[in-house]
Amino acid sequence: MSVEATIGGTSVVAAEPASNLRGREVRARIMSVVLFLGTIVALVALGVLLWTVIARGWDWIRPGLFTDPPSRRPENSGVGPAILGTFYVILLTAAFAFPVGILGAIYLEEYAPQNWWTRLLRINISNLAGVPSIVYGLLGLGIFVEFFGFGRSLIAGGLALGLLILPIVIIASQEALRAVPPSLREAGYGLGATKWQVTRSHVLPAAMPGILTGTILALSTGIGETAPLLVTGAASFLTSNPDSIFDRYSVLPVLIYGWSSRPQAEFQELAAAAIMIMLAVLLVLNLTAIVLRRRVSRRLRW
Amino acid sequence: MLTRTTTVGTGNPADVAAPSGTGRRATHRLSAPGTDDSVAVAIRDLNAYYGSFHAVGDVAFDVPKNEITALIGPSGCGKSTVLRCINRMNDLVPGARIEGTIQYRGQNLNARKVDAVEVRRRIGMVFQKPNPFPKSIYENVVWGAKINGIKGNYDELVERCLRQAALWDEVKDKLKESGLALSGGQQQRLCIARAIATNPDVILMDEPASALDPISTLKIEELMRELERQYTIVIVTHNMQQAARVSDQTVFFSLGEKRMGVLVEASPTRELFTNPRDQRTEDYITGRFG
Ligand SMILES: Nc1ncnc2c1ncn2[C@@H]1O[C@H](COP(=O)(O)OP(=O)(O)OP(=O)(O)O)[C@@H](O)[C@H]1O
Ligand SMILES: [Mg+2]
Repeated sequence: MSVEATIGGTSVVAAEPASNLRGREVRARIMSVVLFLGTIVALVALGVLLWTVIARGWDWIRPGLFTDPPSRRPENSGVGPAILGTFYVILLTAAFAFPVGILGAIYLEEYAPQNWWTRLLRINISNLAGVPSIVYGLLGLGIFVEFFGFGRSLIAGGLALGLLILPIVIIASQEALRAVPPSLREAGYGLGATKWQVTRSHVLPAAMPGILTGTILALSTGIGETAPLLVTGAASFLTSNPDSIFDRYSVLPVLIYGWSSRPQAEFQELAAAAIMIMLAVLLVLNLTAIVLRRRVSRRLRW
Repeated sequence: MLTRTTTVGTGNPADVAAPSGTGRRATHRLSAPGTDDSVAVAIRDLNAYYGSFHAVGDVAFDVPKNEITALIGPSGCGKSTVLRCINRMNDLVPGARIEGTIQYRGQNLNARKVDAVEVRRRIGMVFQKPNPFPKSIYENVVWGAKINGIKGNYDELVERCLRQAALWDEVKDKLKESGLALSGGQQQRLCIARAIATNPDVILMDEPASALDPISTLKIEELMRELERQYTIVIVTHNMQQAARVSDQTVFFSLGEKRMGVLVEASPTRELFTNPRDQRTEDYITGRFG
């Protein structure tokens, strides 16, 4: 403001940019109010949602809820097998999508020649990210359940979810690889390193925080999907824990879906309690992403 | 040593550019590549293309062993391109194509069967912008040695290379700290130490001091003078005082037709700056250029 005053006071010519400056300041202020309102709307919506869920489900939270299997009597029902199933599915999905996605991204970014064929490949991967999840469920049913004969099992569900998030993992990893400065690669090549040495020692570590964040975000959206898991064998009412990856299983979203479609009010409230648990699982997953990201980037000495 | 360098391309293309068909014999005035022990790298008929753009045309000169060769010339005349041809860094540029021969230890480095990775192990590079790895100073130095299969006491290697790069005293107490936590000039010296650690024959430097302050620049220049006893150095610089100060031979490039880079004159540095053979060289070094 003081700058304005001195400029405005010294000459007529300078007064023009000063008023221009004021106009810009006003616009900047309006913009920040609009953005603030947008944030408020999002926060309020989220708050209302959380509040209704907590209000309905809070009374049903008890230690047994986390360990007991579901039951016909709501007061004895729990989400034990579903939590375990969710956990296993996350592990299997990650074990499949993470290495395959990273290798695919490394190939596309570092090794593949830049021609129409790889461009086509890239566009198709982006399109795959937009395919409805039920399609991946049916794909999983066809390939893993039937063709490979895994049956309706944990492994089939995990792999189907893996396919679902694979395009997102590839795209996120490609972005992260592309963000690695070319000078880092040149430094490696200039010392007589092979492409693989440069990629493994410099490019991949530098891209890893971005890759991890993208992958875990993809995982946490993937784990909320019910359709592919329903088709590949997730049961909404399963009273035993899975013993092996070829067993039938249950997961939280499917259980929530099952409970909330029951007529009794008690099960509706149980569903709300399960949603709280589901949100906690997602929170843990995202916290893991942050912690991993921190640890991996600390190993880099930027 | 200085007298051996020949002038090439001084308005008489027949001196160097072997017309296709006559083979290498026409380049004899520049000494047949591979026959002279005091020549580290002999470049003949070098043409470089980026896609359809002919960036460098018919370049030929010798890089004498254990001397410093400076490449100078206006921006865009292909100095970096020529430099990057020498250790096949241009292979990494999509669409780049190189013709001609780059003779090194009796081999044409530009031949398809020659492994570019192997070339870069012998011919190291320091870049314009310091680019240490985001690792510790220690790891920065040893990484190249490790991947090159150099065994032995890495602590000693680190100390020797950092001493040679005139950096040891400044960093000896913080070898575990990030290479990126150093100043720009220190980073560049770290990059030089890193290049030395792989035990190369030739070190290429593309404007290694252009991002540095005068004191750091002076340090790098002193360093090059030190290094030339053990290594052959080729440096690109925009700073003509620098070329005059540090180099033994200077190669002057200029822009020809269609913005193609051509070699105008390659002479002993003192000669090129005091008694240039070509009018274009004179115009450039006296500042009458463009
Ligand atoms: N990767 C590339 N793709 C396409 N053209 C390029 C590429 N690199 C360089 N060129 C072109 O080749 C010519 C020579 O470039 P080069 O970088 O070798 O010049 P230079 O002499 O090093 O210039 P400067 O002094 O500005 O660094 C320029 O016309 C440039 O535009
Ligand atoms: Mg250049």
